[in-house]
Amino acid sequence: MAVADVTDALTAAPLRSNRRRVVRRILHNPLALTGLAVLAIAVILAVFANWLAPHEPTQTHLDRAFAPPGTAGYLLGTDDLGRDVLSRIMFGLRASLHVGVLAVAFSLVVGVPLGLIAGYFRTVDALISRLTDLVLAFPFLILAVGLAAIRGASLGNAAIAIGIAQIPGMIRIVRSETLRIKSLDFVAAAIVEGASDAWVLGRHIFPNAGSAIIVQATVGIPAAILGEAVLSFLGLGIQPPAPSLGTMLADAQQFASRAPWAAVMPGVAIMLLTLAFNIVGDSLRDALDPKASRR
Amino acid sequence: MRRYLLNRLWQSAVTLVLATIVVFAGVRALPGDPALALAGEDRDPESLRAIRQQYGLDQSWLVQFWQFVSHAARGDLGQSIRTGTPVRSMILSALPVTIELSVLAILIASVIGVGAGVIAAVRRGRPAEWAANALALLGLSVPHFWLGLMAILYLSVALGLFPASGFVPFFSNPVANLHHLILPALILGTGLSAVIMRQTRSSMLDALSADYIRTAEAKGLPPKAVVGKHALRNSLIVVVTIVGLQLGALISGAVVTERIFALPGFGKLTVDAVFQRDYPVIQAVVLVTATSYIVINLLVDLLYSVIDPRIRVRGEA
Repeated sequence: MAVADVTDALTAAPLRSNRRRVVRRILHNPLALTGLAVLAIAVILAVFANWLAPHEPTQTHLDRAFAPPGTAGYLLGTDDLGRDVLSRIMFGLRASLHVGVLAVAFSLVVGVPLGLIAGYFRTVDALISRLTDLVLAFPFLILAVGLAAIRGASLGNAAIAIGIAQIPGMIRIVRSETLRIKSLDFVAAAIVEGASDAWVLGRHIFPNAGSAIIVQATVGIPAAILGEAVLSFLGLGIQPPAPSLGTMLADAQQFASRAPWAAVMPGVAIMLLTLAFNIVGDSLRDALDPKASRR
Repeated sequence: MRRYLLNRLWQSAVTLVLATIVVFAGVRALPGDPALALAGEDRDPESLRAIRQQYGLDQSWLVQFWQFVSHAARGDLGQSIRTGTPVRSMILSALPVTIELSVLAILIASVIGVGAGVIAAVRRGRPAEWAANALALLGLSVPHFWLGLMAILYLSVALGLFPASGFVPFFSNPVANLHHLILPALILGTGLSAVIMRQTRSSMLDALSADYIRTAEAKGLPPKAVVGKHALRNSLIVVVTIVGLQLGALISGAVVTERIFALPGFGKLTVDAVFQRDYPVIQAVVLVTATSYIVINLLVDLLYSVIDPRIRVRGEA
């Protein structure tokens, strides 16, 4: 046990100071702070949409159709059925974040254990690599098409399709991290000391692969949000009248020259959301990368 | 090299077989009785039995799988339930549109991505780098189908610079063909160019700090020659790598882009088939996509190992 305690102490200390350095770097990066602020606003708007939205997102006011932005009570205007664009965007943000988090959670639950196993036990590595190749052979849209044909189009199925498509990337990252960490001295020491595979994986490798996993998840969420928008735009995701930024764009395409705001605003909302996630993800990667200070 | 080649071929073959099994199993998992779907209005038991016999639906799964594979290998992908057209001819007429769109998009993305990446690396710490980085970040974040909508709304409808939709075959009128495809290709290339830009920038930065570049500078080679000859050579590898990695995203992107610009390509065929529940078409489309993905990736990897000998060594290790 003694050696394990020592190796624990050795790995735990740099981890903590590392975390403090990462937080400090992020807090000193104005761009990252802006990104975080945008994300915070988006999350608040989405979570409290029921209370914050000025109108019911699905309620139609045919007498107020095509009201331009700035009309009293309709800050961002209305669509062809007189529905409030702002309220629909708030609920659409909720759907986007929902799918983004769900899809990435799915890819984490499946991808992280498989990546750990592939990197640690060389015997199953080839098998998992073939499975990864197999999933990659079905681009996410084709996967979503197949899933929609089998199980019907819905928010949940869109999230599953996007999540499956993200699993190979997650496996690859976790696998290569596992390979790297496994070759470090303290892990070798633990193995020599007789620690079980489960102990080494759970206690040494997984915690040290954490930062790479977090970065991959941060990159995965905006990709999933864009994916949801695409699927809903095509009619393979969230079904109308439930508001989603993608379905809003699909609707607005029909009357875009009459009411361009209905086509512009949801797109801007998606862009700001994914931009904020990408900025935070980039800053996080730079902050976690020891080489970044040289660049 | 030979061992790497054989190993890579073997891997692709295994993946292809697994993909075929997935497609076959996926079709069996579809809701509803395929015989009922094929019969349409005619529901009497006698004709259902005839249909089951005709399509081999009364056989065991193993026999059905073998029939599916042997038919597909001969290019027989069945018939559309909706129109009765052979799926093979539907795919053959749609594929050229998508291939042309994708190749154009890759070309545009490579020119923009490599150009911006080189500028960002050479002009480190200057406004040009900042602008190139910001553009790349924007390119990664913007939903490109929305960008397509905006382009149609403002460039095609309002300004009349490009046709808003439609397609003209290349061999009937090359100029009109390019005029119709340039905007969709530009839109499809946005995300790809951002990825290529970032990769070019980082590999250029690595290359520019490498010893052989310092040697080249030290022996008095002008900076332009150093960048052009030594560092840019790597960008070919970058483009090939990225295209290999982003192939799935490119295929998905092409589907959406075709939908927006009403191009009669593979993507439109796919989406239409889902909404019409045209299962033979869905099955064929998924199979063709997976097969082409596997084959193109194999080609990319082989090309890669020709350009960069280090890959071969690593692949064998």
